[in-house]
Amino acid sequence: MKEMRIIVCAKQIPDPEAPLSDVRVDAANKEVIVDAPQVISPFDENALEAALRITEDLGGTITVLSLGKKVSDTVLRKALAAGADELILLQDDAFDKLDSYSVAQALADAIRKIGDYDLILTGRQAGDWDSGQVGLLLGEILGIPSVSLAREISVEDGSVVVKKSTPEGYERVKAALPALVTVSNEVGELRYISRTRMLKMLKGAGSIPSWGAQDLGTAPDALKKMSIVELSSPPDMRRDCQFLEGATPDEVAGKLAAVFKSLQ
Amino acid sequence: MDDVLILGDMKEGSLDTRTLELVGVGRRLAKERGGDLCVLILGDAPGGGAAEAASYGPAKVYSVAHPLLKGFQPEFWLKALEQVCAQVKPGVFLMSHSYKGMELGPRLACRLGARLTTDCIDLAVDPQDGLLLRTKPVSGGNAISVFKCPGEPQMATVRGKVFEPAAAGEAKGEIVEIAVELDASMARVASLEVVKEEVVALDKADVVVAGGAGLGEEDGFEALEDLRKALSKSFGNVMIGCSRVAVDKGWISSDHQVGLTGTMISPDIYVAVGISGAIQHLVGMVHSKKIIAINTDAGCNMFKVADYGVVEDFEKIIPALVEKLEEL
Repeated sequence: MKEMRIIVCAKQIPDPEAPLSDVRVDAANKEVIVDAPQVISPFDENALEAALRITEDLGGTITVLSLGKKVSDTVLRKALAAGADELILLQDDAFDKLDSYSVAQALADAIRKIGDYDLILTGRQAGDWDSGQVGLLLGEILGIPSVSLAREISVEDGSVVVKKSTPEGYERVKAALPALVTVSNEVGELRYISRTRMLKMLKGAGSIPSWGAQDLGTAPDALKKMSIVELSSPPDMRRDCQFLEGATPDEVAGKLAAVFKSLQ
Repeated sequence: MDDVLILGDMKEGSLDTRTLELVGVGRRLAKERGGDLCVLILGDAPGGGAAEAASYGPAKVYSVAHPLLKGFQPEFWLKALEQVCAQVKPGVFLMSHSYKGMELGPRLACRLGARLTTDCIDLAVDPQDGLLLRTKPVSGGNAISVFKCPGEPQMATVRGKVFEPAAAGEAKGEIVEIAVELDASMARVASLEVVKEEVVALDKADVVVAGGAGLGEEDGFEALEDLRKALSKSFGNVMIGCSRVAVDKGWISSDHQVGLTGTMISPDIYVAVGISGAIQHLVGMVHSKKIIAINTDAGCNMFKVADYGVVEDFEKIIPALVEKLEEL
């Protein structure tokens, strides 16, 4: 069988593990400001891990695509350190705050420019807007079969076989390549990357290709911004925590048991 | 057209509660738009569901029957929905943010040239232009955004348990059968096997004992299981939950996952053990009546939303707690 060409779409977002205190809503500019490091969106990391396992089994190459107004190659190079072969940044002012359809459209243009591919993997949803649309829209725009919520992916005889999560368990489905699969976290977390490897990748590798709207043949007018009427803070989730303390774990456990008793 | 159309869903032979919630909000939107509420039921034998939907008093229930709509193969459902929308031309089209809605929503919107907003917690009609105002939590629940997009149909998927389920109406709706043309060659994704697993229904738990990265390894869930058993003597329906990272690490299956991409729960008591409290997790459990957190990091998010906190290693506290609970 020929070697697989896999494209993984990965979004850069502020760390969703950031403490609540680092998040602020700028209602006037309709922006969520997160004072946290940028990371690869977690489900996209799961997608990359799935791609790495497939190419380990069958051989092939992995291209990682990331789209935004300003994408940091420092953040995305993690994908190379993990074992991806190529990273392409799609960055342009025209790619700022796009709606899901327009993101999918620009990604589709980039994928058509790449040309040859067997499998596209995306995370099931991004950890910032949580829309869960881009992967499925991309499949529709490219006119290829799509499967969502994959917990296991394998490639056999020119087809992708996916175990997809359902509310009652799972369904095994099969689609001819090329196909698109959105990946869920049951696939497993992205493999450990040693600090040495990460540093080597940050320093050593050459320049990363960066394509703008013009390179993709995407007309900026065709891309629509998200139309946000209003952005506000959610109701405060904070409660007044009563800490249970004691000289020994046994004493604390006694206090905790009493709490349970009182809640019975 | 001003019709508000909702996609109905069946569960174990009757209408899913989420459909009734959609009927409730759909009725209000139809009134605001000055149009009618209609319900759409698809399936190989949708008759019973259509009759049940009619009893909630929509203007019409569209019933679409086809043998290929048995089960849920998205490509057949999409083709059927495309054909129905071409005929009915709904002004607003709502679906639950459920397994089916998440799959069908974006793909149908793309085919209809419409824009979809997913997982909405409120909907209203803008009196200025008649467009749907779609309220949705973003950034893992750190902000609430209201979106608006032009075009028809106006499409949204709606989060469960946000709107009140509709009560049965006085007048019965008219059932209109719509024929769709489907053939087996339309499916490019073949179903090989449907497997039912024993899944944990976390949303039915009275008490959830949940573990996260702080457990360190899979064995940590054994201690939680001991606590679950001990609590089961005093409380009904005590279940094991987890944060996303525990699933990522392969320690436990995803039906135990609490949060935005797991199950949204509001038990009487939530015990978070070694869970730091990523916002995506907090969104899923913050409506628990009482929250107890056990974590070695006194500064972690979970303590900010907890009622009771213990800053201690779970390996020391849980066995001692199990012992004390036995004594009570």
